[in-house]
Amino acid sequence: MEVVLFYIAASIALITSILVITRTTASHALIYLIVSLLAIAVIFYLLGAPFAAALEVVIYAGAIMVLFLFVVMMLNLGPSQVAQERRWLEPRMWVGPSILTLILFFEMVYILAGTPALTSGVAVSAKEVGERLFTTYLLGVELAGFLLLAALVGSYHLGRRYMRARREEIG
Amino acid sequence: MQTAIAVPIEHVLVLAAALFLIGFTGVLVRRNVIFLLMSLEIMMNACGLAFVVAGARWIEPDGQIMYMFILSLAAAEVAVGLGLVLQLERRHRHLDIDAASELEG
Repeated sequence: MEVVLFYIAASIALITSILVITRTTASHALIYLIVSLLAIAVIFYLLGAPFAAALEVVIYAGAIMVLFLFVVMMLNLGPSQVAQERRWLEPRMWVGPSILTLILFFEMVYILAGTPALTSGVAVSAKEVGERLFTTYLLGVELAGFLLLAALVGSYHLGRRYMRARREEIG
Repeated sequence: MQTAIAVPIEHVLVLAAALFLIGFTGVLVRRNVIFLLMSLEIMMNACGLAFVVAGARWIEPDGQIMYMFILSLAAAEVAVGLGLVLQLERRHRHLDIDAASELEG
């Protein structure tokens, strides 16, 4: 029975991904992308990777998508802002994502209701991941830290020039 | 020990491949830089899904660790990519990736 949950979440991930690349408005696509990430988080949990599922929700759907949203909103500054706010409130803007998110939510409730697992799949806990990460893959962690530092410096450099030009435009 | 479902690994790999193809199609079809970055996110997510399902298949934490590395890579890529989007918008007043086909100083 639980296997059906996987196929539901997989269909939602596929449908929302297709919707992402066919939208014309960036904000619409972002909302569908967030739903797609949540669906993949459900799949991670079902596959026995609860730590990866939590990271998917917190970092991907939380942090990275908010970054996207900030940039989309920054680029939309101006007189068109009011019209856009009004468009955000139209039902066709939020009904589709809401229904799909609701399906995922009911799946989550069903999982958390404590039904016994049918099959012999075994979850890999966060403790095992952390132990392996900070022993075998310690060098990889350091390299990831270097990568993030380089991204921080690079994006600061790019964004600083943008903000200075923007200030001069505004006056 | 917490249990999980046992889906056939082929199905999950097919899902990962389909997601990757959707993202790849998006990269090829769309010309807006924001949509290109979103399609790249879909593709990286598909890669992460493949890693996680491999880790779940052999009950090893390595899959999730590789997923975390992909996650940090995606975060770095998005930060720099969105900085470039802002620069592109400042210079060309639109977000068409073809406007950046020539590298100038």
